Amino acid sequence: MTDLTTLEAETYQKPRNQWWDVWDQFKTHKGALIGAAFFIFVLIFVFLGPIFWTLDAQYIDIRARSQGPSWAHPMGTDQLGRDTLSRIMVGGQTSLLVGLTAMLLALIVGTLVGVLAGYFKRLDGILMRLTDLFLALPLLPLLLVIIMLFRDTLRAQFGPEKGIFILIVFVIGITSWMQTARIVRGDVLALKEREFVLAARSIGTPPYRMITRHVLPNVLSPIMVSATLGIANAIITESALSFLGLGFPSDFPTWGRLLFDGTDWLQRNPERVIWPGLAISLTVLSVNYIGDGLRDALDPRIRGR
Amino acid sequence: MFDTSQRKKLVSVKGLKMYFPIHTGLMRRHTGDVKAVDDVSFDIYEGETLGLVGESGCGKSTCGRAVLRLYDPTAGTIEVDSTDISTMSQGDLRKMRPVMQMVFQDPQASLNPRMSVADIIGEPLREHTRKSKAERLDRIYELMDAVGLNRDFANRYPHEFSGGQRQRIGIARALALNPKFIVCDEPIAALDVSIQAQVVNLLEDLQGELGLTYLFISHDLSMVRHIADRVAVMYLGKVVELAPREGLYADPKHPYTVALLSAVPEPDPAAHDEANRIILQGDVPSPSNPPQGCNFCTRCPRVMDICKQQDPEFREIEPGRFVACHLYNQ
Repeated sequence: MTDLTTLEAETYQKPRNQWWDVWDQFKTHKGALIGAAFFIFVLIFVFLGPIFWTLDAQYIDIRARSQGPSWAHPMGTDQLGRDTLSRIMVGGQTSLLVGLTAMLLALIVGTLVGVLAGYFKRLDGILMRLTDLFLALPLLPLLLVIIMLFRDTLRAQFGPEKGIFILIVFVIGITSWMQTARIVRGDVLALKEREFVLAARSIGTPPYRMITRHVLPNVLSPIMVSATLGIANAIITESALSFLGLGFPSDFPTWGRLLFDGTDWLQRNPERVIWPGLAISLTVLSVNYIGDGLRDALDPRIRGR
Repeated sequence: MFDTSQRKKLVSVKGLKMYFPIHTGLMRRHTGDVKAVDDVSFDIYEGETLGLVGESGCGKSTCGRAVLRLYDPTAGTIEVDSTDISTMSQGDLRKMRPVMQMVFQDPQASLNPRMSVADIIGEPLREHTRKSKAERLDRIYELMDAVGLNRDFANRYPHEFSGGQRQRIGIARALALNPKFIVCDEPIAALDVSIQAQVVNLLEDLQGELGLTYLFISHDLSMVRHIADRVAVMYLGKVVELAPREGLYADPKHPYTVALLSAVPEPDPAAHDEANRIILQGDVPSPSNPPQGCNFCTRCPRVMDICKQQDPEFREIEPGRFVACHLYNQ
């Protein structure tokens, strides 16, 4: 039937790397492209900005306190005369790092637990009870205990800022993986009964590759969604922790910290709340759009439509 | 029809049982079994097609899957290529997988929607051979030619194909490792009639070229008549009759086979009206609670007293013809 055509013209296309298809689809998603561009802009602004805007975030200029935007201080100053622009930059470094790493940690733990629980029936009971246990834990007392126990050791080990950073990432990651685990487990349970998994078993694919080749790619959508939501959550949780005095020291700027400090001055200097608030919400929004575009791009059924 | 004694047995199934346990109550106690396949024995000779027919839910698919050890059978032995695989560990079984493959019923569900055609067909090659990427691609193209798929389709994804084309992808995947034995689990049930013929003819051509052996599971009696050399009829987890095709269709022995064959649609309207159909009364009993004696005794038009007490033995009543029925035991 088709033999003739294939023999005549040997011009068939080589199988092309799947990631090119993904990129082609990603490009067509306008929101995702804008989101990605904005996210890259935020990264450059936050990490390379301090090279060009050399004002120290901790420098106190008491005579220039509580100022509005001016050429000397484009985003104004706080009640101690510290420059808000440089504080936003430096704070963004910490906030983004905390957000990304905590999200990654939660994602890895959640996906691992979910896949193992869903795929291996023997582990299901234990792992899901563990998940329930974590869900039932009261968060604040747990945080207090963890920070009490480990803050000084970590500080001695890695220095005050790195120590706290590791601690906060760990604490946020360890308390936010449960939703992902539950969603992934449910999806894996449903996937496991699909015929293509049976087909892979009839081929003799071992469990490890069964998971990486057949199960994980098909649960990517829920993982993606919880990842994008996770970043936002991590940034907010970090600011809440700092506000309670459990996180970074009070003079150490993060976006959440700046936001909470600004709330006291909402009446007189509303821009002190607006800038970090904008930074957080726009970053989260852009990440959500990127996740949305990626999810569509990774699904061959949506691709090309 | 042909002398079976000289031919080599490729697959030999003896006393295969596949029970699925039922757990009930608070303590999830084991309170019973669904006897999906209950004491089934048959041989498949090299190069032949054994048709396995029966109504929905009689255990055909379970039987086919158990033969490939996709389920762990409750009892019985399965020999494939003179190797007993019924108790093999999954690790050892992996080495046997290239010999036996499967074509699935629903071509939509049996292909991973996230993999391209080249990846799907190439998966068995990746698992079992050490071919380089280029060699693998050559083999993939070869297989696509063999099943009549355009080579340009290698980049596409399953959702872009019609049902018949998807089934061809499934067949190409099953062929990738040059298997000897393929279980076709209702490969045509999800396709419309014109495509059914294409796929069945493809399967027949491939059998001729590659010397394949099929276990062809279907509920379509006329299709089985077309493709199978011998036919096994299943009812409620048991094989009730096993016979060469011609003999079975010309002179069915078991009352269930008679009823089943009388239900085949007749294309001639006059013959259709006169057809002496046997309408079975009642429903199929639950496989978790089969009747005492013969499984068919609740619906059999020729039921006798003994049927309700004793399970008939599966015996050879003529050379090559096996029937499990008390009618032929006197």
